[in-house]
Amino acid sequence: MSLSFCSATELLTRLQAGEISSVEVTSECLRQIDAHDATIHAFVHVARDAALAQAAEIDRRRKSGEAMGPLAGLPVALKDNLCTRDAPTTCGSRMFERFCPPYDATVVTRLHEADAVLIGKTNMDEFAMGSSTETSCWGPTRNPWDPRCVPGGSSGGAAAAVAAGMTPLAVGSDTGGSIRQPASFCGVTGLKPTYGRVSRYGLVALASSMDQVGPIGRSVADVALLLNVLAGHDPSESTSIDAPITDFTDSIRRPLDGLTIGIVREHYDGCLDGDDPSSEGLDAEIEAAVREAVRVYQTLGARVREISLPHSRYAVAAFCILASGEAFANLARCDGIHYGRRADEAAVLADWNAQSRALEARHDQQALDHLEPPLSRLYRASRSEAFGAEVKRRILLGTQVLSEDCYEAYYVKAQRLRRLVRDDFDAAFGEVDVVVGPVAPTAAYPLGRRLHDPLLMYRGDRYTVGSNLAGLAAISVPCGVTAAGLPIGLHLQCPPMQDERLLRAAQMFQQATDWHTRRPPSPGKKL
Amino acid sequence: MSTDRYDTVIGLEVHVQMLTRSKLFCRCSTAFGAPPNTQTCPGCAGLPGTLPVMNREAFRLALKTAVALNCEIPPSSKWDRKHYFYPDLPNGYQISQLDQPLSREGWLEIRDAKGAFEPKRIGIARAHLEEDAGKSMHDEAAGKADSRIDLNRCGMPLLEIVTHPDLRSPQEARVFLSELKLLLTYLGVSDCNMQEGSLRFDANVNLHIPTADGVVATPIVEVKNLNSFRAVERALAYETRRQYQAWQETGHRRGGPGGHKTTRGWDEQAEVTRPQRQKEESADYRYCPDPNLLPVLVSEAEVARVRSELGELPAAIRARLQETFGIGMDDAEVIVNQGRAVVDYFIAAAEACGDGKRASNWIQQDVLRALNERLIGIEAFPVSAAALGELLGLVQRGELDNSRARDVFHRMLESGQSVVEAVQSLGIASVDRGEIVELCRRVLADNPQAVAEIKAGKQKALGALIGQARRQNPNANPATVREICLELIGQS
Amino acid sequence: MDFSPQDIDKVSLVARLCFTPDERDQIAAQLERIANYLDACLADSDTSDVAPLVSITGLAGVFADDVVRPSCDREAILANAPKRDDECYLVPAIFGE
Repeated sequence: MSLSFCSATELLTRLQAGEISSVEVTSECLRQIDAHDATIHAFVHVARDAALAQAAEIDRRRKSGEAMGPLAGLPVALKDNLCTRDAPTTCGSRMFERFCPPYDATVVTRLHEADAVLIGKTNMDEFAMGSSTETSCWGPTRNPWDPRCVPGGSSGGAAAAVAAGMTPLAVGSDTGGSIRQPASFCGVTGLKPTYGRVSRYGLVALASSMDQVGPIGRSVADVALLLNVLAGHDPSESTSIDAPITDFTDSIRRPLDGLTIGIVREHYDGCLDGDDPSSEGLDAEIEAAVREAVRVYQTLGARVREISLPHSRYAVAAFCILASGEAFANLARCDGIHYGRRADEAAVLADWNAQSRALEARHDQQALDHLEPPLSRLYRASRSEAFGAEVKRRILLGTQVLSEDCYEAYYVKAQRLRRLVRDDFDAAFGEVDVVVGPVAPTAAYPLGRRLHDPLLMYRGDRYTVGSNLAGLAAISVPCGVTAAGLPIGLHLQCPPMQDERLLRAAQMFQQATDWHTRRPPSPGKKL
Repeated sequence: MSTDRYDTVIGLEVHVQMLTRSKLFCRCSTAFGAPPNTQTCPGCAGLPGTLPVMNREAFRLALKTAVALNCEIPPSSKWDRKHYFYPDLPNGYQISQLDQPLSREGWLEIRDAKGAFEPKRIGIARAHLEEDAGKSMHDEAAGKADSRIDLNRCGMPLLEIVTHPDLRSPQEARVFLSELKLLLTYLGVSDCNMQEGSLRFDANVNLHIPTADGVVATPIVEVKNLNSFRAVERALAYETRRQYQAWQETGHRRGGPGGHKTTRGWDEQAEVTRPQRQKEESADYRYCPDPNLLPVLVSEAEVARVRSELGELPAAIRARLQETFGIGMDDAEVIVNQGRAVVDYFIAAAEACGDGKRASNWIQQDVLRALNERLIGIEAFPVSAAALGELLGLVQRGELDNSRARDVFHRMLESGQSVVEAVQSLGIASVDRGEIVELCRRVLADNPQAVAEIKAGKQKALGALIGQARRQNPNANPATVREICLELIGQS
Repeated sequence: MDFSPQDIDKVSLVARLCFTPDERDQIAAQLERIANYLDACLADSDTSDVAPLVSITGLAGVFADDVVRPSCDREAILANAPKRDDECYLVPAIFGE
């Protein structure tokens, strides 16, 4: 197998043994990017020179016998909403097209300390708002398995880069499924750790109460390797959990004895699927693959129990309200005053001057008093030209749900539903160790199909948003391929702080199956 | 102001900067006066991805203040985002506390030493922590096209104290604010430096006017730009007059047409309030919980501990000084207003001489004047409380009269001498009684007219005799001279 | 929750956004559909006696010590400003706004 599709775990072993150099691994990734990224468009910034220099330096240090970090020499790609001091951080938005933060996110610092090679920044839905990586101002990312299809999102660039052999590891973020769903669409393994496990400091926020940074790789072992570096307490974040971290690469070697997995009645009885004409049921191929995966667990000695998450039918609505309210708040700072895009000030002022002169000429003092001042106009002009349609939709929705008239009926109600969703999981985890199900109702779909149907897009996240509402640990692992040749993901969820249990359960599956070793037939094939 | 015509109803909002080294949610310095944008980090500049972490000391100081204001301390408080777009607010929201503030429902008692109003408790609706915003600067004179934004002040820890509308006159408002400032100073929670913005206030005011149809409330006005206690009193006095006039002209009442709340700014030079521009959407700040911050839990035991560590507060000290040392409310107020160190000085001096009133008079007249003249604090004062007490003891026992004691005091002040040294160096020897009897005989003999008047019951003439005696011997104690003179006249 | 084109006009001022009439009508239709979905879900659910879940970790009382750390270099902070001078961010003149 070429270096570009080796697992990170294997690459690390060979790097440590001196069989290969970091420059070779990094160069191979860059070759893969050169060959295919014109089609896939997984990256928005490739740190070619910096990555090669970093790789060379790591090789030199290794040769001279210095102690090396746990990821020494391994390329890692970063979703473009993780702040990096020496590379732009655009979040897929025109607002930040020239934004270069003066600081590194905590996970970036940790990766530097682990001697990872930071190879570039990956494409994403604008401000992580979307499930298809089509809302990026830099244009869409395409699925390496079929470039006519979306890679999922919002961490679509990160998942596609790993799937296409452009990097063995990537870091994404997951607010409602944004790591797991693209991992599922791209046939890779993606973990959303327990909320508070991985630092959010330096992650450009979408919905801070649900955002979580997590690893994407080609196997559970690779994801465990990266999680070892990412996870841990960060005093810069108040919600960071101060608890000891185990060595996940070590613990996944031990299968779980007496495992009980739960399958969720509501996943299959249609009650989450909606009944309006635009609604979309669980694809039969997906259901079959998930049921087959459950059988795999049974053959491994797991017991299976049907559980009910009766309030999961409200999860998308609760998520939609809370996430848009938080997004309104988090994007209020994007004003073109202190950073970010500012509209043509002279044009805004000229417009205002013309209007006020006209009103003065008419002696219309009342209209003059109510004339929107230049500053407010500048804010609106900057934000309107910098934000894309989906961001604007969510900001407007967030503005409404937080208004005094709607706050109690929508926002607080959604917080109450959030508790019900969480309580459902609490009850379920009293009976089962892991909840297993589909990641998404369908496999990857053609570009453009859902782009103008936001509700359909939101409801595509119905199996994943629950873990964000409840702060769970959850992972997507490949469990099949559709007749059309597109990957299918299996969703595993564990209670908060049970990341280790989750990874062990996922590793059991990958030990028994080879779906995660499948590669896209020709990742960068021209359209 | 309770006139026959109307009642004035005033509530205050006070912002106090807590005396911490670092800001409320990041560790940038709070020092005043740094060049623009040099005390900023990615957090204060509102850069994306930054996260707040609460300053422990800021919460401690805020809690201490709330307990001292007799507030209820709920077991849990939380943090909210208050949204508005403004260039000095880089996050687009201010972190504050809306529905679960760290304290609510307390009171502060105010009284007027001269009895202008009855002592009363002013209700505190709430006291909560919030972050300050930055500063926008515009040089209107220079006619520049741009305003400049300095974010150094972003994130300074502010305690917002909101009173109930319990104040009934501009004077009460001023007294409340000075009592509050005194309390904050005693607690050591803020430097209360108004020039540097550590203590700021806004006032809400309207009138309740009795009419034939019952009491009518005028529209509430929020008065801003109040930069001193004096400004508060004058602005509110102006505003009550203006509102009464406006009511007579327009009849606008609260809750009716034209009765919405408005904001006016105090123009210090012109001594008028002027309307400020209304923000279209300012009514709705779209509060939501800040997901990046956690609730703060405070146990009853912790509140009890904070309460036990408050120390003696101004109102209690004033009461104790009146009770223990027999001084008047005016006097207690003057001493307590000088701060804890002067209080301690007074207590030591009063105990040493055994006469609180005398100690109080001396401190107010002589010690404070000397402090002012020398621009020093009581800690640096050359005459210790014990020394002053010793000196006043001499007066108390009749060994020294007030005017000679003052000479001794000034000698001590200038030379740093002890009481004994100063008395000696001024040549004040205690005078033999026989010597004074002789002196008095001479004076009486020289003034037969005065003696006759005294015999006729005109005691006033005695003063002149004492004066003559002291001119002949400055060390003669006037009381003794008086006593002996009366004795001699009675015998003759 | 309503999203008529007129509602969009009002709320977009608060949100500091603006739209052309076409954009506005399109977004109004999309948001109206989303709002209908949300309304249906909320109406269907019973949350009486359920306390809002605000903080998911269950943590409380996390503080930092009051120790000053160096601020950022001013140049680094101002580097991203669209308009600035040597010391400050610049914005169009604010007159009592």
